[in-house]
Amino acid sequence: MTQIHPEIPFLAKLLGVEGVRHPKDPASAQVARSLWQIAQAVILFAVIAWLIHAGAAAMEYRWQWYRVGPFFYRIIDGEFIPGPLIKGIIVTLQLAGVSSVLSILIGALTAIGRLSNSIAGRAIATTYLEIIRNTPLLVQLFMFYFVLAPIFGIDRFWAGVLCLAAFEGSFAAEIIRGGIQAVERGQYEAGDATGLSKFDKYRYVIIPQALPLILPPLTGLLISLIKHSAIVSVIAVAELTTEGLNLISDTYMAFEIWFIVAGMYLVLTTSLSVLVNILEVKMNRAR
Amino acid sequence: MSNSSATAPKMEPDTLISFDGVSKWFDHFQALKDINLSVKQGERVVVCGPSGSGKSTMIRCVNQLENHQQGTIHVCGREVYGNMKQLEQVRREVGMVFQSFNLFPHMSILQNVTLAPIRNSKLSRAEANEIALHYLERVQIADQADKFPSQLSGGQQQRVAIARALAMKPRVMLFDEPTSALDPEMITEVLDVMTELASDGMTMMVVTHEMGFAREVADRVVFMDEGRIEENCTKDEFFTGGRGERAEAFLSKILQH
Repeated sequence: MTQIHPEIPFLAKLLGVEGVRHPKDPASAQVARSLWQIAQAVILFAVIAWLIHAGAAAMEYRWQWYRVGPFFYRIIDGEFIPGPLIKGIIVTLQLAGVSSVLSILIGALTAIGRLSNSIAGRAIATTYLEIIRNTPLLVQLFMFYFVLAPIFGIDRFWAGVLCLAAFEGSFAAEIIRGGIQAVERGQYEAGDATGLSKFDKYRYVIIPQALPLILPPLTGLLISLIKHSAIVSVIAVAELTTEGLNLISDTYMAFEIWFIVAGMYLVLTTSLSVLVNILEVKMNRAR
Repeated sequence: MSNSSATAPKMEPDTLISFDGVSKWFDHFQALKDINLSVKQGERVVVCGPSGSGKSTMIRCVNQLENHQQGTIHVCGREVYGNMKQLEQVRREVGMVFQSFNLFPHMSILQNVTLAPIRNSKLSRAEANEIALHYLERVQIADQADKFPSQLSGGQQQRVAIARALAMKPRVMLFDEPTSALDPEMITEVLDVMTELASDGMTMMVVTHEMGFAREVADRVVFMDEGRIEENCTKDEFFTGGRGERAEAFLSKILQH
């Protein structure tokens, strides 16, 4: 592979075009093309921002960004007092955290049921999957909140948690089942032939090989669970979206607050995916 | 563990494997047709035949990687059938070597060999390591104990697979086309290990096309075609013309190469 032109190696590296160019294509031309592509994106974003701003100006929307600070937190007499947005995101994290654990549990149990020889196990698992996958999430949430919650005496937070866990659990089940089934048949046979018990076969042979296949899509699922958790605002669980709605009805600052709420979800999910990517790279290196 | 819990088979005390009228179907296709066969302690039986003749299916029925639908199979005095606990006991008496090695790719060579002794016989890691190294030495690969399967050649992997099976201290070893997936230059190293194993008196059932190995090692040759045992005779009978037409045609085909 030809080396990059010595004058612009840093820029080329930064733009990720190092060593990928056609030999006849001068490095400078490639850098220029990459810069132009970045410029296109910047211009596009600028145009969208201008459209929003111009639109808001035309409807005489008064931007009040200076007021948003206390929505996050206030410091009174040296004491940190979280505002609605911080409180909301903490509840969102609690919701997502608890339902993540539950959805993995439900997913694992359902996958075991689907893969088992037990007719009852397969029937229950399949029924659950079909019901969850073929009804709208919103309807499921109403079922949990208006029907199951009063019957079993659970509060709105747990109704939300259970609904999310049941919903994401159905996807987790298919991810886990797929991972287990992707392990080569010869591995099952080797486990059987060495006389391992069924538990040992899964514990030492199958699961360790299925995990690397299961973990990436499963973490993706858990990250999207954070986004899906916004739906529980319809049963007024005090999470981020609900707090945003409440703030808007108090202040009429719809534009600012929706931007902030969206931004907070974005920061949360992207930083989690970056974290997961780092972990994955480390895991692969350790192997 | 006592052997007496199994249904008493009507077979001689030194018979380790016996098939009595065994048939097997894959859906509507009958893969095994009324198989009757017995393997005695210390006997080396080579099973050959054209592909699709049911020889792999038959050997895989011994430890129930495939289950049969008719007839009975006894292994080491126990009938093999669906009961998981009893099946596990049988499988621990039977070592198996596969065509595609089937080593556990996420474990080191040593871990591959120690897994069954540690989990099944509840040995300590130290004891298991000692046994594993002994068998790895025997297949001349102890120096690779800390590597992973993917770092070894096919021939080396297959020798590890043999050591893994031996570490269970089985009474019978099954080989299902152990050299068919190997490059030609690696076949010998695996056959050498198998020959040595045979000379130590191990009871072996070997599905293979390696007629040289059969000639050197086998006590008996079983020839299968279309799910039936067509020939079941001593090595000498088989190789000196005591064989039937189909076996003749098969042999002439594979010996050309």
